[in-house]
Amino acid sequence: MKIIAVCGMGIGTSVLLKMNAEKVLTQLGIEATVEATDMKTARESTDAELILTTPDLVQLLTGLKSEIITIEHFFDLEEIARKLSASLL
Amino acid sequence: MSFPKLAEAFAENSIRVLAAALDREHAIELAGDLLVASGRVTPDYTTEMVEVLDTHGPYFVIAPAMALAHAKPSDSVLSTGLSLVTLAEPIVFGNAANDPVKLVIGLCATDHDAHIEILAELSNLLSNNETVNILLNARDTEQIRSIF
Repeated sequence: MKIIAVCGMGIGTSVLLKMNAEKVLTQLGIEATVEATDMKTARESTDAELILTTPDLVQLLTGLKSEIITIEHFFDLEEIARKLSASLL
Repeated sequence: MSFPKLAEAFAENSIRVLAAALDREHAIELAGDLLVASGRVTPDYTTEMVEVLDTHGPYFVIAPAMALAHAKPSDSVLSTGLSLVTLAEPIVFGNAANDPVKLVIGLCATDHDAHIEILAELSNLLSNNETVNILLNARDTEQIRSIF
């Protein structure tokens, strides 16, 4: 499956989110690719099953078909694992 | 743990401790000023960093007390690097989960890929309670450099 990690610029926040999401997905044994993207690319992206982003950016992603998960603390792998498991397992 | 990529990414004059910020825009400008002072960007980049706050909100407050301020790759970026400023008084950015902010990291990148190894080390640094405590409580820049 394809997951996208979205931030405003696609070079900082989303990259950190992608890295930690990949760690968690490996721990959970879920096969998925995670791409870091900016807001514009995310809005044009139609093949992602799941979008990871921050609570502040959700309102800018309304109207997309993909499920959206928001992460508050990017270095809290337990938060990421809890939210990914609830959605994917 | 050591952080060789971070030691390179934080050029001379890129770290400042216990700075006084008036508000969240000023806190971002302090991190931008350090990128300018360390030769990574032109002053325009600092303006671009503040514009990200205006257009996208304080989403880059990524963990309790920590902000990763940056804009996108542009002509204002001379080389990829980081800056770091700790605030004498924490500043409210408007991020409900992670306010107030005590540590602002500035990031500039020349493209979308060159800085990935730097961010991997930064992620490890900021995931570790021990190193985060050193960052948040440092009295001088040497204390911060000592953990890289």
